[in-house]
Amino acid sequence: MGEPDHHLQVAIWRGAGEGRFVDYEVPARDSQTVLDVVTWVQRHREPALAYRFACRVGVCGSCAMTVNGRPRWTCRTHVRKVAGDGRLTIEPLRNLPRIKDLACDMTPFFEKWQRAGGRFKGSAPRGAAIPRLDPASPERRAADAAIECINCAVCYSACDTVTWSPDYLGPAALNRAWTLVNDARHGERARVLDAVESAGGCHSCHTHGSCVETCPVELNPTASIAGLKRRTLRRLLPGGGA
Amino acid sequence: METRLFALQRLSAMLLAPLVLVHLALILYAVRGGLTAEEILGRTQGSVGWALFYGLFVLAAAVHAPIGVRNVLREWSAWRGTSLDGAMLLLAALLMATGLRAVWAVVT
Repeated sequence: MGEPDHHLQVAIWRGAGEGRFVDYEVPARDSQTVLDVVTWVQRHREPALAYRFACRVGVCGSCAMTVNGRPRWTCRTHVRKVAGDGRLTIEPLRNLPRIKDLACDMTPFFEKWQRAGGRFKGSAPRGAAIPRLDPASPERRAADAAIECINCAVCYSACDTVTWSPDYLGPAALNRAWTLVNDARHGERARVLDAVESAGGCHSCHTHGSCVETCPVELNPTASIAGLKRRTLRRLLPGGGA
Repeated sequence: METRLFALQRLSAMLLAPLVLVHLALILYAVRGGLTAEEILGRTQGSVGWALFYGLFVLAAAVHAPIGVRNVLREWSAWRGTSLDGAMLLLAALLMATGLRAVWAVVT
């Protein structure tokens, strides 16, 4: 990493709900992520800057922020990809209460996971043999396609329906619910469907697809929500079951 | 209840799509041909077909519209709960009553 011959113009949100953008000049590097930029500002210019990160390799889902108007996982977002003109505007995630600077209160996000029935409950007692699942079964494939969520809340932040209806469960919680209704080992699959078809549930989705567009691990929560819509509609038919 | 409303809205939309197209074509035909009100009434009065067509139209619209308005209001205002549901039932009744009255007026 050589000496930088140019700098990035970076505007970072400081404060909570009431706040302002503060401009910083950050040395540009050949290979540099948005999280690197935020860390540089904290270490060299603004020791009190609040932000979250942990793994730095796209696994933990804690470093999501709004970068140039779009929610992104900052540890895996290269500056070169998003700031062609050398300018970065970094804000906290949308649709969540702001705590300070770039840190949001994730409580509503995780409360909605619970409200959507997102907590796994085994269907067999602890001592029972582990049930064998066929990985090729349609149910398991549906669950597998949706299961790699890292809880970063990028989709939740990108979703306009969440903005309009604060009681809407949001793409991540509904995507989680979809994995559970397709999990043969889950003991409360009917309860998950009850939870997601209540007010603010899967039927509130407008199928905008912002979640699909922004999901850093390339999941398709819109498809999961469509699956929940189909499954809840099927329950209305005679013999529709859970 | 949300799933039932979701299903009802889509089913009524499936009915409304062809009904609206026929309705629009009918308007174009009546206007282009320069039919007078008297001529129109001459064709609709006593017609079981038109009574059924527009009766179904009114029924589907009275189901479809209040569900959509309810969704819009829930997204764009803080109005929720039984007062909203009650108001939407009233809207459905109003659409049904005025619509069926209009159908009654042209077929009898």
